[in-house]
Amino acid sequence: MNYNWDWSILVSEPYMGWLLQGFGWTIAVSSAAWLIAFTLGSTLGIMRTTESRLLRWIGTGYVELFRNVPLLVQFFLWFFVFPEILPDDASRWVKREMPLPAFTTAVVALGLYTASRVCEQVRSGIEAIGPGQRAAGKAMGFSEPQIYRYVLLPVGYRIIIPPLTSEFLTVFKNSSLALTIGVIELTAATRQIEEYTFQGFEAFTAATVIYSVITFAVMGAMRVVERRTRVPGTVALGAK
Amino acid sequence: MSDFDFSVILDNLPFLIEGLGMTFLLTLLAIAGGLAIGTLLALARLSGFAPLAMVAAAYTNFFRSLPLILVIFWFYFLVPLILGRPVGGFYSVLVAFILFEAAYYSEIIRAGISSVRSGQVAAARALGMNYWQTMGDVVLPQAFRAMTPVLLTQAIILFQDTSLVYVVGLKDFLVSAELVANRDQRLVEMFTFAAAVYLVFCLLGSYAVRRLQQRFAT
Repeated sequence: MNYNWDWSILVSEPYMGWLLQGFGWTIAVSSAAWLIAFTLGSTLGIMRTTESRLLRWIGTGYVELFRNVPLLVQFFLWFFVFPEILPDDASRWVKREMPLPAFTTAVVALGLYTASRVCEQVRSGIEAIGPGQRAAGKAMGFSEPQIYRYVLLPVGYRIIIPPLTSEFLTVFKNSSLALTIGVIELTAATRQIEEYTFQGFEAFTAATVIYSVITFAVMGAMRVVERRTRVPGTVALGAK
Repeated sequence: MSDFDFSVILDNLPFLIEGLGMTFLLTLLAIAGGLAIGTLLALARLSGFAPLAMVAAAYTNFFRSLPLILVIFWFYFLVPLILGRPVGGFYSVLVAFILFEAAYYSEIIRAGISSVRSGQVAAARALGMNYWQTMGDVVLPQAFRAMTPVLLTQAIILFQDTSLVYVVGLKDFLVSAELVANRDQRLVEMFTFAAAVYLVFCLLGSYAVRRLQQRFAT
């Protein structure tokens, strides 16, 4: 194996700046996409547990559609196809005036895709509570929104903290797909360093370390949260 | 939408089917390799021999903390470097997929093995079977039966993930569709068609998963 090691490349300019900027974009894409995924996913998850057949049907349809098309294809659909099928004015706005087109598209695509996964977690959390609590809420004279607000959701979210954590980490990792439409996030930045310097080993190592450190840090932190919020009297899923 | 041109799809159908063949080939080889290494990793983790279990756990957690795209880039860069000569994108991508999937499969298989009741192991040992006979003839067949639905779900995810070979330009289904899209300036038609094809295959797959779950549930 013939290779010239040069680890100093990682701390010299402009490469260190590329790495830091890439990391910044990774964080920005992941957190913005998570915001969409969490709110929309929760809404859809709740819809799938309500008594209305229409709402349940919409939730199921959304999940089946978004989970069964590869994320990369969804990126391309939002980036290349969506602006074309809009009415003229909207199409022009998306193509010419929308701020940060690649970033915005990546956030929307990743957010909507992940919402389908969050939806399934929220649904399973609510279903895990069992019908007794809902019946009890009804017997106390709660309206349906009140049952969700005061009975089902506070317990449901606590049950699904571990799977939600891994969904968040999946968003964090999937944000690397944004490079396919031109967002220079962490993976793209290291690829760029490799192409400019041929020091691929050092560059990819940097990205690898950053991704795994963040992952293990988030997992460690969430384990503490999970222990503190465990629902008394239940076998916490994936605890310990 | 009125000028949606179906003919571009029909005209390029043989080319697209060739790409789809590559997608399926990659999926199948990655499943086979991932299952083989994943099983070994799971056995290592459950072996009760601490150093071996730790190595397997470290491998699994490490790969699960990385984005697949980064792993693909790693091996695209590493494999030719280690071999000292350029190999096609196919082999480096295949290695990346197998090693990456092995981490995910090992977690599924570990859960599957743990679900086999311990009396089965005791009975096999009482009959005088050694470790490999116990695992190969008694535990693993039951474990794999129990986890078939989950393994199939993972296979569907893998099928979708093979589209990421786009980043190194390997000609799978998505890349073929993209090539046609750019050459004929038919982005809307080609990407919509690609999405529809993936959707149909994945829906068929998840229908099969549901059927299997119902069969095993009874």
